[in-house]
Amino acid sequence: MTLTQAEKAAVVTIWAKVAPQADAIGAESLERLFSSYPQTKTYFPHFDLSQGSAQLRGHGSKVLNAIGEAVKNIDDIRGALAKLSELHAYILRVDPVNFKLLSHCILCSVAARYPSEFTPEVHAAWDKFLSSVSSVLTEKYR
Amino acid sequence: MVLSAADKTNTKSVFAKIGPHAEEYGAETLERLFTTYPQTKTYFPHFDLHHGSAQVKAHGKKVAAALVEAANHIDDISTALSKLSDLHAQKLRVDPVNFKLLGQCFLVVVAIHHPSLLTPEVHASLDKFLCAVANVLTAKYR
Repeated sequence: MTLTQAEKAAVVTIWAKVAPQADAIGAESLERLFSSYPQTKTYFPHFDLSQGSAQLRGHGSKVLNAIGEAVKNIDDIRGALAKLSELHAYILRVDPVNFKLLSHCILCSVAARYPSEFTPEVHAAWDKFLSSVSSVLTEKYR
Repeated sequence: MVLSAADKTNTKSVFAKIGPHAEEYGAETLERLFTTYPQTKTYFPHFDLHHGSAQVKAHGKKVAAALVEAANHIDDISTALSKLSDLHAQKLRVDPVNFKLLGQCFLVVVAIHHPSLLTPEVHASLDKFLCAVANVLTAKYR
């Protein structure tokens, strides 16, 4: 799927607002993921998943930073996330269905913090963008 | 997702072996789809879906022809199926999840009729091919 110019613009605009709070949003998204979809905890047996845990915050940061990279390189997400794509394919092997769940949680966190900016068009643009990111991260699985 | 050279070879050889039976496999695939996943009948309120129905046979032919077309143009499936992609996006709007189900049924039909053909590697290649076709057909949805 390809993002239109308008969609890329919407993603970039919202990201400018999200970026300063990226760490908090990342941690919150993961928290939402683990609460709403407890089966996702299976990938983190080595983590302290309690609210506010340092590991959660650290990992949330990593996730949102990767998304930030994808935003910065929105015309070549595949190139920007090539290493992460290999990591997920050869080592992490997170079941593809979980990317949808995490994307959903990220959308919820962003929407909760920026309600008036999260118009239907912006929502659609972000959903497409996160779908693209998910596709890239699962591309090398087989 | 990207089809490797091996994937393409495997897919082409499957379709070469299936060759003349493609149409009847198309019909059988649809019949299995409607039986195993009755919710898919929702897209065919105007069809007689009984066993042996002429409409299902005709539609199975169409579906099979499209798959053969894709296999014959495996290096550029999006161009080969561009019109079908438009049709699905603008008119049919089949929920993307159903493409997986149809692909599944097609694999089962091939397995039944050509058990020795579907080695694990060929199975994986064919499944990837069917996913690639599904991606093309849903690419223009939004």
